[in-house]
Amino acid sequence: MQPQKKEAVVVGGGLAGLFATIKLGERGIPVKLFSVVACKRSHSACAQGGINASVNTKGEGDSPRIHFEETIHGGDYLANQPMVMKMCEKAPSYIYLLDRMGVAFNRTSGGDLEFRRFGGTKFHRTAFAGSTTGQQMLYALDEQVRRLESEGLVTRYEGWEFLSAVIDDSRVARGIVALNLTNLEIRSFRADVVIVATGGPGMVYGRSTNSMICTGSAAGSLYQQGVWYANGEFIQVHPTSIPGEDKNRLISEAVRGEGGRVWTYKEGKRWYFLEEWYPKFGNLVPRDIASRAIFKVCREMKLGVDGQDVVYLDISHVSKEILKDRLAGILEIYEKFVGEDPSKVPMRVFPSVHYSMGGIYVDSRQMTNIPGILACGECDYQYHGANRLGANSLLSCLYGGELAAEQTVEYFEKLSTDAGSVSSKWSEQQRKLEVEKLEAVLRSHGRENPYAIWEEMAKWMTDNVTVIRYNEKLKKTDEKLLELKERLRHVNVGDPTHWANQAVVFTRQLQNMLELARVITIGALRRNESRGAHYKPEFPDRDDVNWLHTTIAKWTPEGPEFSKEGVNTTLVQPKERKY
Amino acid sequence: MPEKVIFRVKRQESLEAKPYWEEYRVPYRPYLNIITCLQETRKMLKTFDSRPTTPIAWESSCLEEVCGVCTMVINGKVRQACSALVDHLQQPITLEPMMKFPLVRDLVVDRSRMFQNLKRVKAWVPLKDTQDQGPGPKILPKDQQINYALSRCFSCGACLEVCPQVSERNNFIGAAIISQARLFNRHPLGAEIKLERLRALAAEGGIEDCGNAQNCLAICPKEIPLVDSIAEANRDITLNLVRLMRGT
Repeated sequence: MQPQKKEAVVVGGGLAGLFATIKLGERGIPVKLFSVVACKRSHSACAQGGINASVNTKGEGDSPRIHFEETIHGGDYLANQPMVMKMCEKAPSYIYLLDRMGVAFNRTSGGDLEFRRFGGTKFHRTAFAGSTTGQQMLYALDEQVRRLESEGLVTRYEGWEFLSAVIDDSRVARGIVALNLTNLEIRSFRADVVIVATGGPGMVYGRSTNSMICTGSAAGSLYQQGVWYANGEFIQVHPTSIPGEDKNRLISEAVRGEGGRVWTYKEGKRWYFLEEWYPKFGNLVPRDIASRAIFKVCREMKLGVDGQDVVYLDISHVSKEILKDRLAGILEIYEKFVGEDPSKVPMRVFPSVHYSMGGIYVDSRQMTNIPGILACGECDYQYHGANRLGANSLLSCLYGGELAAEQTVEYFEKLSTDAGSVSSKWSEQQRKLEVEKLEAVLRSHGRENPYAIWEEMAKWMTDNVTVIRYNEKLKKTDEKLLELKERLRHVNVGDPTHWANQAVVFTRQLQNMLELARVITIGALRRNESRGAHYKPEFPDRDDVNWLHTTIAKWTPEGPEFSKEGVNTTLVQPKERKY
Repeated sequence: MPEKVIFRVKRQESLEAKPYWEEYRVPYRPYLNIITCLQETRKMLKTFDSRPTTPIAWESSCLEEVCGVCTMVINGKVRQACSALVDHLQQPITLEPMMKFPLVRDLVVDRSRMFQNLKRVKAWVPLKDTQDQGPGPKILPKDQQINYALSRCFSCGACLEVCPQVSERNNFIGAAIISQARLFNRHPLGAEIKLERLRALAAEGGIEDCGNAQNCLAICPKEIPLVDSIAEANRDITLNLVRLMRGT
């Protein structure tokens, strides 16, 4: 067989996947881009507040080094430091690039980029496009990919779901198997590199700030194929969201960045508890701290508004012009879904699951433990340690995406055999396996409804594996997950057809979600300390002697097998995290 | 306050299949939206009179009106299902798919045409590459505000759904696409290929097919000044008519 040109598959059409696609396409590497929805509808669109970059336009003395130190401190020292340093150094150039792509960033009166404050810093470091920054960035990258597409460098597969990787007997990735969500066709696609950029697993918790497509299914499937999963127990709970039945809608940290204040009533008077407890950072303490404070006020002190799980987030004192220019998108959401005008009355909010710091284990070049499979964006574990600072997620998507593309080029140079010349045996074998899994779900005529099982899992996870964690409850949660796994084997999707059958697709996703749920839960059970977003009242302190380690989970048929890896702390010495 | 929410869904298994209506009832709660109602049906798999049925197919993702995917026709009006609150809707609520796009199943339609047309008008800034080239051009806040308003279009397709010019016999690209062309013509770097965009807009199925009904402006959930965009594109085409005809 003739050697063919080496090709890449990118799975996921959010910021990280699109940026990797652009960087590959530019180098003349053909890319097949897979996304469950039109890329323009990816979850990156939901990022509201902005993207951090120490451009220091306001003469505050900000620098990438300070950005780095605050990111590490905000993440409670669990991130590998050199990677974070490089990301922060790159940040300003990304803002300029996005600006050139046409992202409608807010401006100063002189026409320069405007920056606002975000949590965990005192600098104006966050560039923003109104309050739909992620949407604007996503569109800009999507448009650039469209440009490459028209040049024949990128082929899109929108409406296709990744099912698994094709891995040969020397444990090298050779492609993927994907599912057409309309006609349920299962096909294999050859590739020499597979870049996974599939976002977070918010749906494991049912209601979160995530989009419905954030199932974590791709990561869960890869994990079962032997890809390691790291720091799964670190799930960020955002302090301010509108609780809803279908989802919790995010109210961005940008609201507090622009002067919003959190309060409740105490003894009949307004009590600004974050400002009282954290006088230096006030309402802009990092998210893990703010969420725990709100839990304490509502659950422990029973001082939530009207005795409920609610506190006020108040922006009504800020001028209408600023609100319109900088926060309109967020305030619109509140008005549309609650029916009240936040410029007049304080918003009623409560914390919600928001982001996964943990994810697929990657090395310093975004490569997983299986050669040829790379990961970037929220689905990798690399940049946020135990707690992510606001407005760093969009940045890590870009940096990880670019790095994955660079690594692809290097990897191609070293790779002696390309996927086109190796036997199609592996891809055919994997494709058949996936067909069989799907047909098994379709054939199953048990009594279990997949959506009911999902709700049950979500409730257990939300109740027991979020802000406050107890070992006894974590153990019970894992037992429940095992029970649900067993019950899911007796599913009935209620639709035998092969045409746009969403229930069968969801059931396959749910199988993968349950695997990740176990990784998150047992990871939390094992980590007997409190660090960043992971808090156990029984172990209230950070324990650097035993737990300044990355958790690594490896799949086995008997359940996850855990190990630890040291954290690179060569640039800044861990110190007590105080705000 | 009724205890149950009553809604009717237009079901259709595929483009070739015959459509039919089904009625559902789900427990009422305040702030309930259409998405939650649909989610409830997946767990019951029964119509209001306890007849077994299949899960309804519909699309949803962000649920906060920023992805555009859950657009459907609710009580006769095209809108996003996530922000359609039961409290504001007359019952029985009717749910139908958009009619101007090919049906996939039930409430799911295929809107890929919109993305194809974005390619047709080259709705992007023609960057040579994405290497670091330092700060971009200055843009005044008043221009940024217009650009931002235009760039919030999430390709939901509502403007096409209500446009009397869009039909099976006509491939009018529609207001959203024209507005995106305007957005990139306004950008200092995007303007480099302005003429190419105008040429695409002047071609068959382009701006000449607009009948100025202005339904698009009235329906746009993001209140994008679509009619201004069409007017500006028309003006631009007229101003550049000679160059467009010369083909340079």
